[in-house]
Amino acid sequence: MNFIVCIKQVPDTTEVRIDPETNTLVREGVPSIINPFDENAIEAALQLKEKHGGKVMVITMGPPQAEKALREAVAMGADEAILISDRAFAGSDTLATSYTLAQAIRRIGDYDLILCGKQAFDGDTAQVGPGLAEQLGIPQVTYAIEAEIEDKGLRVKRLLEDRFEVVETRLPALITCVKQMNEPRHAGLKGVMKARKAEIPTWTAEDIQADTARCGLDGSPTNVVRIFTPERGREGERLEGECSEVVHTLIQRLREAKVL
Amino acid sequence: MDFAFTEEQQEIFAAVREFCDDVLKPRAQEVDEAGEYPWDNVRQLGKLDLMGIPAPEEYGGMGLGFLEWAVIGELLSGACTTTGAIYGAHMLAEYPIMHFGTDEQKQKFLAPLATGEKIGAFGLTEPDAGSDAGNVQTRAERDGDEYILNGSKLFISNGGDAELYVIIANADPSRGMRGLTAFIVEKGTPGFDFGKDEQKMAFKSLSNRELIFTDCRVPAANILHKEKGGFRVTMQTLAVGRIGMAVGAVGLAQAAYDAAVAYAQTRVQFDQPISGFQAIQFKLADMATDIECSRLLTYQAAWRKDEGLDFEKQAAMAKVFASEACSRVCNEAVQIHGGYGYTKEYAVERYFREAKLFEIVEGTSEIQRLVIANRLLKEAKLR
Ligand SMILES: Cc1cc2nc3c(=O)[nH]c(=O)nc-3n(C[C@H](O)[C@H](O)[C@H](O)COP(=O)(O)OP(=O)(O)OC[C@H]3O[C@@H](n4cnc5c(N)ncnc54)[C@H](O)[C@@H]3O)c2cc1C
Repeated sequence: MNFIVCIKQVPDTTEVRIDPETNTLVREGVPSIINPFDENAIEAALQLKEKHGGKVMVITMGPPQAEKALREAVAMGADEAILISDRAFAGSDTLATSYTLAQAIRRIGDYDLILCGKQAFDGDTAQVGPGLAEQLGIPQVTYAIEAEIEDKGLRVKRLLEDRFEVVETRLPALITCVKQMNEPRHAGLKGVMKARKAEIPTWTAEDIQADTARCGLDGSPTNVVRIFTPERGREGERLEGECSEVVHTLIQRLREAKVL
Repeated sequence: MDFAFTEEQQEIFAAVREFCDDVLKPRAQEVDEAGEYPWDNVRQLGKLDLMGIPAPEEYGGMGLGFLEWAVIGELLSGACTTTGAIYGAHMLAEYPIMHFGTDEQKQKFLAPLATGEKIGAFGLTEPDAGSDAGNVQTRAERDGDEYILNGSKLFISNGGDAELYVIIANADPSRGMRGLTAFIVEKGTPGFDFGKDEQKMAFKSLSNRELIFTDCRVPAANILHKEKGGFRVTMQTLAVGRIGMAVGAVGLAQAAYDAAVAYAQTRVQFDQPISGFQAIQFKLADMATDIECSRLLTYQAAWRKDEGLDFEKQAAMAKVFASEACSRVCNEAVQIHGGYGYTKEYAVERYFREAKLFEIVEGTSEIQRLVIANRLLKEAKLR
């Protein structure tokens, strides 16, 4: 079984600010981490490998420094990693990103299951995983909370808003993973040492035979016009006091607001 | 002279720190109160390759040095003192096997310790052999290819939970401490039982069991070093163990200091954070200085060990200074917390109780001073 995990390096969200002048993310001095949902995807791949054998390969499209995220994945236990990096990829939206990843995966060739996080912490679109499956023409199952490989097929439990859904599909396929799927492991010291020595090749647009018109800004129909923090709506009101009193006032207010 | 860690060391410590912050720290209070050996933490130490830091790679270890072992011990102790103590006590079995063991012994006993598959313990102390370690009464009598052990040990850390024990017994009482002999004894060996678990002031979840040997037969092949070579094994093991205790003390002191600074900056009295008062600032300055001295002494002792230099004096200095500094720091950390520091609400209450241990175990402060003074006087004579 060959597993490919697509990961993204994101700024540690607990430390992110938006520059009010330019409306862009201030990334200086903010530590970079593996997108947390992608860590769940890595963990899921490692567990499947432990059960069924095979190889876990991790890929990312990003700037040269994204190599650090790949090394972290190798430290967790991934067997191989590839950095997909080229100036031509700069400014990619989700369409261009999924195209680029698909080209890289075509070059890798042999795979059974692709795993992605359900969405990236910074962009929050949840589009790249599904987009990638479309580009490759393979089945996709999003929001996986459990994934089992049975008789060469895949059985996935999906976490939906109000229920679970169990889906079966053939392989190769793509799943996107939710946080509740597992507890990503910590890197052991042998992993850390292995990651230090790991050779991580960089694939450029040319290496993956990408049509540059479909990459980066040129290949991105989406335009971010403005990023801003929404204005705070009306202030909430906190009722305090004796419980019975509070309930009474609350009902009165709800009636006034014609909610009741 | 270079005080900086290499990039490799930094990456290793960063990985350990992450584990400490995510896993150990949030559970530390619970571990303290449970009164149960924290198996889950201990198993994770093994999984993350932390149980065999200085052991050679061919035996499943990391092939790193005692400096790395020390810094990691400090991080673990700072996050969960009990887990740090288990890590330290484990090395008291791993180190003598690593240092004195034959290839065969290392294959059989070092490998499972280095991977954390098995936990180790070191049994020296007895009712009448505390500071006077040479007075061990546990007897080892040769009988063909075996030795028969009779006697008991007290206070043994990891006792009962550990699977492998390095036991100091006397094979020739007529020769006093020159008769001491070190044996590797496996849990489950007939005649090897566990007695009372000490009820302690702190470290409730660390087992400190009595080990009881009644006609316990141990293969002669399990002797470490050689028959009547146990005194050397003991002294070497204790020297490494002292670095381990110093490291535990540094980690704990740092945790207490961190808590104290954070509290001092948020607690407001007389309309200002108490960190604004010079009396509090001076405490913090002294605490930080104490910790820095302890750390440097300790790292130096570990570094000397790695360099193959004599390190016993430095290890004793590090141990006595770091443990006493730790008690001072934890005492002031409670003081800075005022009444709240005397309650279970704040971790410093536990730190205060835990600190005392480091001044006693692996040789009391008095014994460390004896070791240091003996060395100093010998060195002075040689000059
Ligand atoms: C939590 C815990 C864990 C432990 N873990 C282990 C373990 O894993 N393995 C193990 O073998 N042991 C272990 N011990 C035992 C520990 O090492 C001993 O308690 C310690 O060495 C002191 O011995 P003692 O308690 O008999 O004190 P004593 O030797 O009776 O000392 C009493 C007092 O007399 C002083 N004193 C004694 N002799 C002299 C002297 N010559 N000059 C000046 N002062 C002196 C001491 O410093 C001390 O203040 C542990 C103990 C504790 C509490």
